[in-house]
Amino acid sequence: MKNLMGILALSILFLIFSCGGSENGGEASSSSSSGSIDESSSAEAATSSKGVGEIKNLNLDDSLNVSMVFKGKQIVDMKCASCHKLTDKRVVGPGFEGVTNRRQPEWIMNMITNTDVMLAEDPTAQKLLEECLTRMPNQGLSVGDARDVLEFLRQNDEAKLGKRDEAYQEG
Amino acid sequence: MKNYLFISLIAFAASIIAGCGQRDSQNVIQGDAAEQVYVAPGEYDEFYCFMSGGYSGQITAYGLPSGRLLKEVPVFSKYPENGYGYSEETKAMFQTSYGEVPWDDSHHIELSQTDGNFDGRWLFVNGNNTPRIARVDLSTFETVEILEIPDVAGLHCAPFITENSEYLVSGTRFSIPIPQKDVSIDSYKENFKGLINYVSLDQEHGHMSLAFQIEMPGFNYDLARNGKGKSHGWSFLTTYNSEQAHTLLEVNASQMDKDLMAVVNWKKAEEYMEEGRFTERETNYRHNVMDEETGIAESRKMTKTKILKPEDCPGMVYFVPVPKSPHGCDVDPTGEYIVGNGKLSADMSVYSFDKIQEAIANEDFDGDFEGIPIINYESALDGIVKKPGLGPLHTEFDGKGNAYTTFFISSEVVKWDVETKEVLDRQSTFYSPGHLVIPGGETKNPDGKYLVAMNKITKDRYLPTGPELAHSAQLFDISGEKMKLLLDFPTKGEPHYAQAIKADKVQPNAKKFFRIEDNKHPYRAQGESKTKVERDGKNVHVYMTAIRSHLAPDNIEGIKMGDTVYFHLTNLEQDWDVPHGFAIQGANNAELLVMPGQTRTLKYVPNRVGVLAMYCTDFCSALHQEMSGYLRVSPENSNVKLKWGLSDEFGTKEDWRKLQEEAAG
Repeated sequence: MKNLMGILALSILFLIFSCGGSENGGEASSSSSSGSIDESSSAEAATSSKGVGEIKNLNLDDSLNVSMVFKGKQIVDMKCASCHKLTDKRVVGPGFEGVTNRRQPEWIMNMITNTDVMLAEDPTAQKLLEECLTRMPNQGLSVGDARDVLEFLRQNDEAKLGKRDEAYQEG
Repeated sequence: MKNYLFISLIAFAASIIAGCGQRDSQNVIQGDAAEQVYVAPGEYDEFYCFMSGGYSGQITAYGLPSGRLLKEVPVFSKYPENGYGYSEETKAMFQTSYGEVPWDDSHHIELSQTDGNFDGRWLFVNGNNTPRIARVDLSTFETVEILEIPDVAGLHCAPFITENSEYLVSGTRFSIPIPQKDVSIDSYKENFKGLINYVSLDQEHGHMSLAFQIEMPGFNYDLARNGKGKSHGWSFLTTYNSEQAHTLLEVNASQMDKDLMAVVNWKKAEEYMEEGRFTERETNYRHNVMDEETGIAESRKMTKTKILKPEDCPGMVYFVPVPKSPHGCDVDPTGEYIVGNGKLSADMSVYSFDKIQEAIANEDFDGDFEGIPIINYESALDGIVKKPGLGPLHTEFDGKGNAYTTFFISSEVVKWDVETKEVLDRQSTFYSPGHLVIPGGETKNPDGKYLVAMNKITKDRYLPTGPELAHSAQLFDISGEKMKLLLDFPTKGEPHYAQAIKADKVQPNAKKFFRIEDNKHPYRAQGESKTKVERDGKNVHVYMTAIRSHLAPDNIEGIKMGDTVYFHLTNLEQDWDVPHGFAIQGANNAELLVMPGQTRTLKYVPNRVGVLAMYCTDFCSALHQEMSGYLRVSPENSNVKLKWGLSDEFGTKEDWRKLQEEAAG
């Protein structure tokens, strides 16, 4: 009788463990589905999103600030150029050429300073991740650093394409 | 009814399962032990517990109360897991006056203090075998400095810290001829001396320097503590072998009824140093320091030491008798009581700092040893803890007036009242504890919530793993009147002492990565455009970068047999927990594990012609398997040009210059 009770008890314990397992599994899968991917948007196409992050509205001067361009170039060289070339050639990440014509400046700066959240929540960033397969790392740039990088990217587009800031919407 | 049946079945099943466990612990485990040590996934432990590794030479950080291993920090032993001791930057850490010594026996952890409380800046630990003291930076958990202590042997009695981290105090375990000379071992009494060492600390960077050494009679200096509060400025060191035996110490050093505890007035010693009452002596030791900006360790040769002799410095050193072969020497949080544990004595002696001062003032001495006054035992004694157990070793305090002592022979922890000397509780440990630790237990303000006993013998506590078993640690809840055993957990090496500190004193300072902008390593590559390969005679320097998920350059040609290749790998990542590794086939040393923003160097001497593979060893991203490259090795007389790069940028030095000009233009 004692043995029987023991076996019965053990099988109940087993049931409890298996119940627990499936409950946790259920929760995990529901939370991971929160950031859905917008299938209709093409990553390389222009988007009108400003992205997710602390950069809400940016006012750009029409002229370029040379010292910011210079600082931005140094940062790009140290922290970004391993993966992003200045041409339209994709290496690890997309080439920089034309980025200010495709993306709003706020989106660019949010992608730089708020990378993990952008990859989790922004459909364009997620689409790019699907294509590139390597998560863009958070390279520890401040908002000021990111603004310098943006200035350099504007200059790069002007030099390469003769046009820049086409995605910029004032106000 | 159905529910009731269910619950009782569960309870019954649980009791059967518990019954399968150790009989001994069944008696002591009570009710909610599991709940007390459970730290839910994603939550943090309340304390860091830093344990020495004994013969592993390393230290480990555990979380309390969970007993989870957080990290092993390599200190005195080379560590191929991350390249410590193998990378060019860290090799110098192992230099001593004996040459490279790649291992040691780490014993006592001391955390830095401010006003008698742990401050979470640095951790110090001694190397017992080839006398050394190491400093670990608690923002990076890396060993950043190792200081050799000259003219001592077996630096067991170390590195005990003073209440404002002014000094680390240590003493020689084995006395030896000073300076070393070729003499008969029989001439011990005539030729052998012991040194007590004071290492001062620079408060900004934590750098150690040997301030002075006190030349003492040739005993075995065992353990020490410094005073706190009212006794700040004094050190207490137990000794054994006042018989001055040199063979079969287990018998010959245990003849006398009492040994001696040294009592040092270090403030007085400082005055004598200022007056210049020291003798400077030629000696030989190494001081190895990691440069904070370059991350490169440098080993400096040191040649002088300053010696204070008790006969020249009255009032600096005294002795107090301690019953039979003392070991631990512990000062309570008020600084008034000093506990001397005689390993072979049935009783424990508790001394009063006030009474010691009074005896010194009244010259209440019982003779002297080589001119050092011996304070009258009865006059210094505050009281005796009568027959608390067998083989008392170490004592810590809970800040509520209680002391906790480990008893090796009777295998238990005993709680007693510091004022009344009354035994309040005793709990078995499994088995034979050495040290014990209470968070903050050495400080003015212990956190008397938990106690960890570090046991020397494991036997049947875990699933067997052959003849060698992990040493066991046991966590007790000491918040109530009776101690309550909560948890067993295996440890690494043989932890001797440990110190535990509130997590919130360490956690906020944790460095997440090194800023790439601040990297001052001479062979750094701050960006992929700075990567290059340079030949300097037979030496080839590869300035390489790593980022998810490629090495640059990843193709290198033009290396020849007879060359020595230095891979200087800079990790360009600037995010937490993204190290990159680097390994190349046939390397006769180890791998590199490079933290974000850091540069580390692997020396490689090819031993065959061909194309060798290299790759990142730390799974860093979905394309980690692709993070690899090739090194082409040609015969010594070949004229293959030095070329490097990746993708379509593979070329010679001239090609690279052109590429860079284009990029700049």
